[in-house]
Amino acid sequence: MSDRIIMLDPTSEQTPARRQLLPRPESLTGLTVGLLDISKPRGDVFLDQLDKLLSGKGINVKRYAKPTFTRVAPVDLKQRIASEVDVVVEGLAD
Amino acid sequence: MDVIADGLVAVVKQDCPTCVLIEPILAQLVAGGITVYSQDNPKFPARMPGVRDDRELEASFHLEIETVPTLLRMTGGTEVGRLVGWEQGEWRDFTGIADLGEGLPAYRPGCGSKSVEPGIAEDLAVRFGNLPIVARRIEVAPLEDEIEACFERDWSDGLPVVPPTPTRVYRMLLGTSRSPDEVIGVIPPDLAPCTVEKVAINAVMAGCKPEYLPVVLAAVEAALIDEFCMHGLLCTTMFAGPMVVVNGPIAAKIGMNARENALGQGNRANATIGRALQLVIRNVGGGKPGGIDRACLGNPGKYTFCFAEDEAGSNWESLGVERGFAPDASTVTLFAGDGVQAVADQKSRTPDSLARTFAACLRVVDHPKMVMAGDAFLIVSPEHERVFHSAGWSKARLKEALDELLLIPGAELVVGAGGIAEGIPAQLADQTLPKFRPGGLNIVRAGGGAGMFSAVIGGWAATGEIGSIPVTKEITL
Repeated sequence: MSDRIIMLDPTSEQTPARRQLLPRPESLTGLTVGLLDISKPRGDVFLDQLDKLLSGKGINVKRYAKPTFTRVAPVDLKQRIASEVDVVVEGLAD
Repeated sequence: MDVIADGLVAVVKQDCPTCVLIEPILAQLVAGGITVYSQDNPKFPARMPGVRDDRELEASFHLEIETVPTLLRMTGGTEVGRLVGWEQGEWRDFTGIADLGEGLPAYRPGCGSKSVEPGIAEDLAVRFGNLPIVARRIEVAPLEDEIEACFERDWSDGLPVVPPTPTRVYRMLLGTSRSPDEVIGVIPPDLAPCTVEKVAINAVMAGCKPEYLPVVLAAVEAALIDEFCMHGLLCTTMFAGPMVVVNGPIAAKIGMNARENALGQGNRANATIGRALQLVIRNVGGGKPGGIDRACLGNPGKYTFCFAEDEAGSNWESLGVERGFAPDASTVTLFAGDGVQAVADQKSRTPDSLARTFAACLRVVDHPKMVMAGDAFLIVSPEHERVFHSAGWSKARLKEALDELLLIPGAELVVGAGGIAEGIPAQLADQTLPKFRPGGLNIVRAGGGAGMFSAVIGGWAATGEIGSIPVTKEITL
């Protein structure tokens, strides 16, 4: 037996089977952008640049950091980001 | 699977003492040509060449084996004879070998085939059965939790759903004689065609047993009757959702609760049938809160709201009979219900007094100053019913009394009366108006044996032609 689990679609199948990304905002005007540092080396350099660019355009920016890149973000951090910002940019690699 | 066109075919398992007993006989039949399928051990029977490994049970499934040993004769790809178990005379006639099984007991019954063991048969049907299941197959990654996957796909009403695997859906479909591809209607708001199969998938997710499926199908069909106005009921900013009342013998057969806590939690059939209807509207119809469902507050019955009338204990005509169905018919009645409001009267011992209590409580449905806005269901408990029955009051008599008690002077209802801006137009002040439209008040008996309590379930404040009226559909198996 394989480990795959098959489920039958309960919907009218009018949307693609693969889950879709959330719609992207057309403009950042009036939105708050979160910058998430996952704590990999030099992530801060990239995010500092973005912060400067966005803030320069008058966009509200909030900064966040994961304690370590080796683990998923703590629930508390995820909840804070979700409740405080509209959009998140995450610096993934070093 | 390659079909044996001609000759003898035997299906056996080592775990069966009768199969072990006839092991030498099978060896004896090799010379004449025999194909042997083994269900549990391809090295059994020993000393036989070419035993076919049927541990996957594909051959057993296709040959419809119920007992082992089974001996078949095939001619031109068609089965022309079948023996089950061991009966010496039959086997001798069948094979034409006069001394077959000399020295063995004359008769031994067989054992159950592995292919019909509980839980296995449905699995095999799904794997090998060319089922008419056509829903899109969604693959969940091995490390993904399948219940979480259902949440993430937005298939849930907020509570965990049972993952709708093909085997579970197939098992559910066995609960009805209707074809999986039968379209039972288009579900609002997306007006998506809904098949029996889609209802079965959502019934699995809701936690239904297969024997509940006919009730769920009837409930979905009832919701699609134009007069019920499911689309409007879904869109409204008001409270209501579909409430399901089940009448007739099916309620007891599937173990529905009509007594203690009938409107509450704890009974699987009550809980999952109402939930399945809501999941069909959510998933097939696309009706979701914040989307087309614009309810300001909603009500907890929108998770599930389904119960049976207590016909066995009642002296009154059932709702199903009142609505024109035979006493032995099973029906679902759908009502656009708001929620449960308590009627606590522990002192009335006369029908007049208790009817006045009911009228006073019914008066406030939607708003004490609104008339003919919403319908209502009055759920009368056994101890309250007894007050009427012992005085010789039928359900119809009680309804008549309530209609009379609920004739309200327009002066009490008009805009501004009682210092309340809500109300009917001022020019109706001289009229006397009924609280409910004709036929808008329904009475059902349910509840536990102790408690002089009944319940008012107010309805969506849009009834008649401009909204929803209760609808009834017969349940067919």
